[in-house]
Amino acid sequence: MTKLPTAFRLPLLAFCLLLTACAPKGPTTLTVMTHDSFAITEDVVIAFETANNVDVVFLQSGDAGTMLNKAILAKDAPLADVMFGVDNTFLSRALEADIFDAYQSPALSDVPTEFVLDSSFRALPVDYGDVCINYDTKYFEENNVAVPASFEDLAKPEYKNLLVVENPATSSPGLAFMLATRAYFGDGFLDYWQSLKDNGVVVVDGWETAYYNNFSASSGQGPQPMVVSYASSPAAEVFFAAEPLTESPTASIVAPGMCFRQIEFVGILKNGENRDLAEKFVDFMLSKQFQEDMPLNMFVYPVNLSAQLPEVFTLHAQVASQPAAITYEDIAANRDSWIEAWNEVMK
Amino acid sequence: MLELRNVVKSYEGKPLLTDISFTVAEGETICLLGASGSGKSTILRMIAGLDFPDRGAILLNNLDLAGTPPHLRDFGLVFQDYGLFPHLNVFDNIAFGLKMKGFKHEGHEVHKGEIKKRVHEMLELVNLTGFDSRQVTDLSGGEQQRVALARALAPSPRLLMFDEPLGALDRSLKEDLLNEIRGILHQTKIPAIYVTHDQEEAFTIADRILVLHEGTIIRDGTPSEIWKDPQSAFVAKLLGIGNVIEGEVVEMQNVKTEFGVFALDCNKHVGEKIQLLVQQSSSPSRRGARGEGEAQIQLTVEDVLFKRDQFQIKGRGGLVIHMQEAPRIGDVITVQVQVKCLS
Amino acid sequence: MSFLPTLAGKTRSFLSANSRILLWVPTLLFLFSFFFFPLFKILALTFNLETFTDLNNLRITFHSLRFTFYQATLSTLLTFALGLPAALLFSKFNFRGKTLLRALTAVPFMLPTVVVAAAFNSLFGQRGFFFLLSSFLSTTFHFPLSTNFVLHPSPFILILIAHTFYNTSIVIRIVGNAISRLDPKLEASARVLGADTFHVWKDVILPILRPSLLAAALLVFMFDFTSFGVILLLGGSQFATLEVEIYIRALQLPNLNLAALLSVIQLIFTLIFSILYSRTINQVSTQTAPRFSPTRPAKTLTERIFVFALSLLLVTFFFLPLISLPIRSLTRLEADRGQRAEVQYGFTTDYYEELFINRRGSLFYVPPVQAALNSLGFAGITVILSLALGYPAAYALAKPTRLEKFLDPFLMLPLGASAVMMGLGFILAFGRLIASPFFIPIAHTLIALPFVIRTLQPALASIPERLRQAASTLGASPLRVWQTVDFPILSRATLSAATFAFTVSLGEFGATLLITRPEYPTIPIAISRFLSQPGGLNYGQAMAMATVLMLLTTLSILLIEKLRFNNAGEL
Repeated sequence: MTKLPTAFRLPLLAFCLLLTACAPKGPTTLTVMTHDSFAITEDVVIAFETANNVDVVFLQSGDAGTMLNKAILAKDAPLADVMFGVDNTFLSRALEADIFDAYQSPALSDVPTEFVLDSSFRALPVDYGDVCINYDTKYFEENNVAVPASFEDLAKPEYKNLLVVENPATSSPGLAFMLATRAYFGDGFLDYWQSLKDNGVVVVDGWETAYYNNFSASSGQGPQPMVVSYASSPAAEVFFAAEPLTESPTASIVAPGMCFRQIEFVGILKNGENRDLAEKFVDFMLSKQFQEDMPLNMFVYPVNLSAQLPEVFTLHAQVASQPAAITYEDIAANRDSWIEAWNEVMK
Repeated sequence: MLELRNVVKSYEGKPLLTDISFTVAEGETICLLGASGSGKSTILRMIAGLDFPDRGAILLNNLDLAGTPPHLRDFGLVFQDYGLFPHLNVFDNIAFGLKMKGFKHEGHEVHKGEIKKRVHEMLELVNLTGFDSRQVTDLSGGEQQRVALARALAPSPRLLMFDEPLGALDRSLKEDLLNEIRGILHQTKIPAIYVTHDQEEAFTIADRILVLHEGTIIRDGTPSEIWKDPQSAFVAKLLGIGNVIEGEVVEMQNVKTEFGVFALDCNKHVGEKIQLLVQQSSSPSRRGARGEGEAQIQLTVEDVLFKRDQFQIKGRGGLVIHMQEAPRIGDVITVQVQVKCLS
Repeated sequence: MSFLPTLAGKTRSFLSANSRILLWVPTLLFLFSFFFFPLFKILALTFNLETFTDLNNLRITFHSLRFTFYQATLSTLLTFALGLPAALLFSKFNFRGKTLLRALTAVPFMLPTVVVAAAFNSLFGQRGFFFLLSSFLSTTFHFPLSTNFVLHPSPFILILIAHTFYNTSIVIRIVGNAISRLDPKLEASARVLGADTFHVWKDVILPILRPSLLAAALLVFMFDFTSFGVILLLGGSQFATLEVEIYIRALQLPNLNLAALLSVIQLIFTLIFSILYSRTINQVSTQTAPRFSPTRPAKTLTERIFVFALSLLLVTFFFLPLISLPIRSLTRLEADRGQRAEVQYGFTTDYYEELFINRRGSLFYVPPVQAALNSLGFAGITVILSLALGYPAAYALAKPTRLEKFLDPFLMLPLGASAVMMGLGFILAFGRLIASPFFIPIAHTLIALPFVIRTLQPALASIPERLRQAASTLGASPLRVWQTVDFPILSRATLSAATFAFTVSLGEFGATLLITRPEYPTIPIAISRFLSQPGGLNYGQAMAMATVLMLLTTLSILLIEKLRFNNAGEL
C-alpha cells in the first residue's frame, strides 16, 4: 500500500478531524446505504428510531451499480451498517465480493421462498417489481394499431421506430429487459436484437431519458409510444397526475415471458459496528409497516404477503403472471459477457 | 486638392459637425485646432473613409471620395497612441502598406527588394536606422511614433493626416519630433492635415490654421493673420493671443473697462457688454499720435516670472505682459497696448 | 528559518521567495488532500501495467480514444463556427437585449444535462413547440410545411449540437474579450494603409487574436474531450468517450483495471492540454492592450444584417430552449382520458404549489425553499473556500516564476479527472467521512478553483507595482496597501470569480463524486429525484425546480456581466 509523505498527512488528519467534529452526533447512529431511488415516509423512520433509540442516517450512493461498487471498495471499513438496493442482476457480484454478513431474519416467515435467492441469508429480499414494456394507450387507440403481444411482434414493420429501451450497460431496467429476451430466445437473443435494431429500436442510457425524453405518453412527450419501464409505472402516472385521472395514459405489456422480475435485497455489511441495530433494521424493512409504506414511495411490490397494497396499485398496476424464467446463477455467470455481446450488436 | 464641402455629421443623435467646408492645397500643411470633443478626429476619420458624413461631400482633385473605401484612398494616418501592429516588428510594420499596395494592384507584386529599400529609406528619414528587427512593443513612445510616421510615409500617400501625434510624448521629445515632422513635410511636399489642441504645435507646423468650434470652422488663416486678428474671444483664448478683457460701451466710440476708457468703435449700442483683446504694443508710439485702439494703461505688478529671454509680468485683473527687465512686485508700470474689439 | 514574510526592510518585495512558497501552501495542500491523494489511492489499487497486455482492453481503449478525439474535434469546430461570429457580435456591437442574450449563452454551461435535454425536447421534440407550430401552420393556412419539418438528427449530431450549446460561451468569453481589447486604431491603420477587409483579418486581427483563439479552442476541446453527461444521455450505447467508458468499466461491467488505464490516459491528455493552455493564455495577457474598445450600434446594411441574423440565430439556439423550461413548468398538458379528445393545453401554477407539499410525508421530500437554501449555502461555502484558496495562488501566478509556470497546468487537472474514479478514490481515502456534508463544497471547489484562479490572476497582474510602492512609501501598512490599492482594482474581478464559483456549485459540477445525504438536498438533486418516477406532476415539478435553478444561474451571470472587471481574462 502506498504512503503519503508525513508532511501532507498531518494537515490532512487535522482537516479530517475537523470534518468529523462537525458531523452530527446522536445517541447511536445506524447508517443505511441505499441507491438514489430509495424513498420512505418520515413517520415510519421516526417510529423505528424512537422504538430503538437510534438515529438512522441514509447514504444515497448513486444507482445500484455505483452503490455496490462503492460498498465493495470500502469493504474493510464499510461506509454503512446496512445496504439496501442490490437487485437480482447484481446480487451475485455482491455475494462474490463477500460484503454481507448472514442474517436469517424471523420476518422472512411472511416472505415466499421464491424471493429468497441466497440460501445462506446474506441478502434478504425486500421488494420486487416487473420490468415490462409500457405503451401509450392513446397512440395505439388513435392509430388503430394492435398492442404487440410478444417479443416477435416488436420486430414487425408496424412497430418500426416505436420502441425505446435503455442500455443494459448503464441502466438496470435496460439490463432487466435484455435478460428477459435472453430468457426467451436463449442464445438467439442477439439475432433478435439485431432485428429490433433493424426495426428502429432507440437505445438511450437511462430510464429518465427513455421515459421522459423519448416516451410519448409521459409529460416529456417524446417520439416513441413504447418504453421499457415498470409494470407499476401506470399506477405512478395516475398517482402523480397533474390533474386527477380515472385511467392511466399508459399500460404495461405483461404477456408471458415479456417481463423481468427485479427483486431488491437488503444485507448487513461486514465489519459494521452495530450488528444488533442492523438486524433490527432488516427486520423492520420486512415488517408490515415498512412493506406497506414502500409501494407509494418506490412504486415496487412488497415481498411480505401480509402487506396491503394501496388502491392505486390494485386499480392501475399490473403484475406479470409469468415473468421471464432465468436464474440468478445464470445471470451471475453470463451477465457481463451478454452485455458485451449486446453492445457489439447494437453499436 | 482636398476639399470638404458642407460636411454635416452627428454623433449618437447629437449634432457634432454642423457645416464644415475647407480646402487643402497641394503641398500645404493645415492645422485643425479645437477643444477636445469638438469633432477634429471625426473629420480625419471621414477623410480617411473610416466614417461617413451625414451630408456634404469630400472631394479629392474634384472627385467625390464617397464611393472609395479607405484602403483605396492612398492616405496616411498617424495616431496619438501610434496604432502599431503589436505582432509585427519595426520592419514589417513599415512594410505593411507597401505590401498591401502590392495586393491592391493585382498582377504585379511589389518587389521584395523594393520594399526593403523603401523601408530603409523611411527608417533613415525618421532617424531609426538599424531598428528593423526590433519589436515595436519594446520601443519608447518617441520611437514608436517615428515608426508610425515611417509606416504612414512609406507608401507615398497623397495626403497625410496626424491625429494629435505628439499628445502622449513629453515636452522635449515633442519639440524635437515636431521639428522633424515639419522638416519631413517640407521635404516630401505631401499635403497634410494636423489635428491638435496645442497652440504651440499649431503655430509651429501650420501653413494655415483652422479653428473648429461648435461644429463649424470659425477662423481660417495663416498663423500671422490669426495672431494679428483672432476676431473672436474664443480663438484668442484658444490660441493664447494677448489678453481678453470685459468692457461696456458707454458712448459712441468709447468702451469702459477696469483698465480705463478706450476710444474704440465696435459697432455696438451704448450699454452693451463687449470683449476686448488687449495686446502689448511692440514699440511705444509717440505721445498724442495714437492710432485706433492704441492706449497706455497703468498696471500694478502682482507677479513676475522668468521666461528664458524675458520676464512675464502678471498684473492686476490677470493681465499678462512681457518685459525685458523685471519690475518689482507692487510697482505700478505703464504699458503701451493695442486694444481691439472682439466678436 | 521563519516562513513569515518579513515586513521590515527598506525594499519590501511583495513576493519574496519565502512568501511565494507560502502562497502556494493552501492551494497545494487542498489539491493534495482532495485531488491527488484520492486519485493516488484509487490508481494505486487499480492501475496495473498488465492491463496493457490484454488485447481486448487495448481495443476498447483505442476505440474510445479515437471516438473521443473525433467528436471533440468536430464539436470544437462547430462551437467555433457559432462562437466566433457571436464573439464578434458581442464585442463590437450594441443592440437591444444584448446583456441578457450574452448572459443566456452562458447559462447552459451551468445546467444539469437532463434539464438541457428536456429543454431541447420541449422545443425540437416530436411534440415540441416547433412541431406544434409547423402543424398549426400547415393545417390552418395550408402552409406547405409538412411534419417532416421536424428534423430527426442522429444521436451523434445531437452530441455535437449539445456540446456547442454548452461551450459557445467559452469562445464568446475568451475570444470576445480579446476582440474588445483590440485597439480599433489597428484596424483603422491597416485600412488606411491599403488593407481590404480580407487582409485586415488575415494580416492584423487574426494574428493578434491567435493566442486567445488557441486558448479558447484548447479549453473547449478539453471540455468536449472529457464530456460525460451529454454523451451518455444523447449517445446511448453507440458512442463512448473515455469518460463514458471509464464509467461503464468502473461501475457497470467491473473492470477497474481498464477503468484505471483509461483514466490515466485521460489525465495525461488533460495535462497536455493544460500545459498548452497555460502557455497560450499567458500570451493573451501580454499581446493585447489592457483597454476596452467601445461597442457601437450597427451602421451599414451588412452590419445590420449580421447583427440581426446572428442575434436571431442565438435567440433560437439559446433563448428558446431555455425559455421553454419556464413555459413548460407553467403548462398543463394532460387531461382525464374520459373527457379529452385532444391534448389540452392550459396555464397552471400547480407544479410550483405542489413543490411545497409533501404528499407522501416522505423522508426524502425536498422542500423547495430548503433545497434552494442548501444550494445557496453550499455555493456560499464554495465561494469562500475557492476564493481563500484561489487568492494566494493567483497572487503567485500574477508574477510567474519558474515555479508558477510549472505548477500552473496542474491547477487545471481536476477538470479532466474522471469523476467516477475520483468518487471511488474519495471512498478509499476518506471512508465514512465522505458522508459529511462538507465534502459537497469541497468537491465543488475542486472544479471551481481553476476558474477562480484564472479570473483573479489577470486582475492581480494588472496592478502596477509602482502603485503599491507609491502607497507604501506614503507610509501605508501592507494591509492598508492592499485595502487602498489592490482591493478597488480587484473587487470586480473577485466578484466575477465568486460568481463563477457560485454557479459552478449551483450546477453541481462534480456531484457524481459524492455520496449524498437526504438532510442536505440541493436543487439539482431535487430535480433528479422528481425525474426518477413517472407522472405528470413529477415532470412538472422537475421543470419548476429547473426553472428556479435557471433563474438563479441567469441572475448570477447577469451579475458577472454587470461587474465584469475590464482586465479579467476569465479563463
